Amino acid sequence: MTDTSFYVRTDMLPQQKPPAGQGGVIKWLHENMFSGPFNTALTVLAVLFLYYVLQAGLPWVINGVWSAETLQECRQITTARLGEGATAACWAMISERWNQFMFGFYPQDLYWRPVLAFGLLFAALAPVLYFGQRKTNMKLIGVVGVLMLLFLIETWGLADRANKATPALTSNTAIVILVAAGMMLGLFAVAAFAPRKLVWFTAVYPFLSFYLLWGGSVWGPVGAAFGFVIFGGVLAGLQGRLGVVVAAALGFVAASVWWLGVQTSVTTQLHNAMPLGLFGVNSDVFGGFLLSFVIGVSAISLSLPIGILLALGRRSDMVLVKTLSVGFIEFVRGVPLITMLFTASLLLQYFLPPRSNFDLVLRVIILVTLFASAYIAEVIRGGLAALPRGQYEAADALGLDYWQAQRLIIMPQALKISIPGIVSSFIGLFKDTTLVALVGLADPLTGITRIVRADINWKNIYWEPYVFVGAVFFVVCFGMSRYSMYLEKKLKTDHR
Amino acid sequence: MAEASKKMQVSDEVAIQITGMNKWYGQFHVLRDINMTVHRGERIVICGPSGSGKSTLIRCVNRLEEHQKGQIIVDGTELTSDLKNIDKVRSEVGMVFQHFNLFPHLTILENCTLAPIWVRKTPRKEAEEVAMHFLHKVKIPEQAHKYPGQLSGGQQQRVAIARSLCMKPRIMLFDEPTSALDPEMIKEVLDTMIALAEEGMTMICVTHEMGFAQAVANRVIFMDQGQIVEQNAPREFFNNPQSDRTKLFLSQILGH
Repeated sequence: MTDTSFYVRTDMLPQQKPPAGQGGVIKWLHENMFSGPFNTALTVLAVLFLYYVLQAGLPWVINGVWSAETLQECRQITTARLGEGATAACWAMISERWNQFMFGFYPQDLYWRPVLAFGLLFAALAPVLYFGQRKTNMKLIGVVGVLMLLFLIETWGLADRANKATPALTSNTAIVILVAAGMMLGLFAVAAFAPRKLVWFTAVYPFLSFYLLWGGSVWGPVGAAFGFVIFGGVLAGLQGRLGVVVAAALGFVAASVWWLGVQTSVTTQLHNAMPLGLFGVNSDVFGGFLLSFVIGVSAISLSLPIGILLALGRRSDMVLVKTLSVGFIEFVRGVPLITMLFTASLLLQYFLPPRSNFDLVLRVIILVTLFASAYIAEVIRGGLAALPRGQYEAADALGLDYWQAQRLIIMPQALKISIPGIVSSFIGLFKDTTLVALVGLADPLTGITRIVRADINWKNIYWEPYVFVGAVFFVVCFGMSRYSMYLEKKLKTDHR
Repeated sequence: MAEASKKMQVSDEVAIQITGMNKWYGQFHVLRDINMTVHRGERIVICGPSGSGKSTLIRCVNRLEEHQKGQIIVDGTELTSDLKNIDKVRSEVGMVFQHFNLFPHLTILENCTLAPIWVRKTPRKEAEEVAMHFLHKVKIPEQAHKYPGQLSGGQQQRVAIARSLCMKPRIMLFDEPTSALDPEMIKEVLDTMIALAEEGMTMICVTHEMGFAQAVANRVIFMDQGQIVEQNAPREFFNNPQSDRTKLFLSQILGH
């Protein structure tokens, strides 16, 4: 009998390739779709299901009529083309009512303002979504800039047709297009030479877009922005002596005094001295996707920082801060959004100072923001809870103070963990903007569709507006979802 | 090793002074009447069974844990609830953890430069030079641009040591630095710590590496049930333990 317990390896084995046939399409199909009788049956059923759904729906979409004046005309064209009894979509309604779906009742000769604001939105988002990535920023701003200019030229023609009586308008819109082109070129140049500096435009953008959409005196938004400058100044000046929380509170008080007490008189004086401004547009004419985007984008961008603060407040050791945060979050999460919207449209008026005519859309934005920030706060709290204690301890042991530790160590990791939840909240929030129909605003889904159907020409149209609005929402939400997946991949450093 | 110990001078200057320190977790009395003086240049090893309060003790030194009674003075600064003092002490005292606690979202180099840049306000370029110097010292400069997740446990722990050293601390605390490592990696970390001791760093190590204690420590402290039971020079401690509890502990960890 040989001794089997003794063995010495004399040469180490090199790495080898896996055996053939262990990769490729066939293997993938076998593993993922036909691995057993049950899986095979499911695959067949799914294919059949898809076939029937597409067979029923696709021709209706593809055979749709794109140019007609009325629904009747649409139906006639369909019958003529496909025979008696055939049905097809009437997309002509969309091209006919495109402007209404996009802008609601925004004055037609001022369409360039929302278009410009929408184009600039991408320039403001670029440095946030792709911070410091020169090429991506340039690409985004370049493409959006060109599209926006084409669109402006198109609306120029529109406005001309609508206002044949006012030849002065033509020169005005030419100036607008030149200014817009100049701005986009300038931003493109910034993206090319100093991509990190683009965030300054992001900081200015909220005030700029407000000015573009609402119009009125230029000094209003400037004054509002100045309030934030006061806040920042007080915070920076007192932070060292009083700590961040007290300094921020004092800054907020100072800014509030400016906003509520001083701003109006100062801006009125400035406006009298230097009357610069655009034609004022009341926000009750906002509608369609313009309204959805105004509410959605503002609420999304504001709710994230507020949510972060609430999440930190909820985990704070300071009893007052903690109680207030918990109370706010639980209250807001316990109340339906529709209740909050009614509050915005009706109740808030009673609590505001008399004679203040606070814009309805702004009120809705504020309440939707608060609503979303409570959810974001809970999502982020989940991310914070997932971080091991050791991360806090290591940050402490290195001598970082609370805010440094939060900003440099805790938040980058907690937010990364929370990306899927945050984006889900954002997507939900964006879709919830259609609920503003309940307080009388013309959202694209209910508001505009109802208006379209009230027209005798489109009276019985049913599926098309919903399919169209749904498709636009899908594109936007899917975009957000894809971006979040890209971001997760980009931030993945754990190499698990 | 005897040659090396000559370089390791203990001065008369007091680095850490702990007097009558007590700590409770709720009703549980974790640390009972701790008195301890650490001089500059000392290498102290603290050992003891689990739950004896040894980790809690060194975590009190940079106030990761708060004590309820008594006094801790680190480098002339008393630890109270004053945040300024705490941050001052923390920036002078380096700490190495059992589970490394590197920041996974930052590269090795960023891990090392973060605190110097934000706490010490060192210019980035200078901080990077210092970081590379210490990464050379712990023998992993080539990993500087990787992320912690790509490194082995031993490498991560050496990065953690380098990260602490970048703050130019005057005292280093080690909280079971090798307990989470494979045997092959323990040696590379201990070698780094020995090199550090030879440069005269004041060190307090909670560890069960008795070989390390014999080679490097000038004093071994044995703790049980939240109290210091015995302390002595390593040779005396291992060859001639006095209390029964120490004898039992040593027989258990050196038994096989």
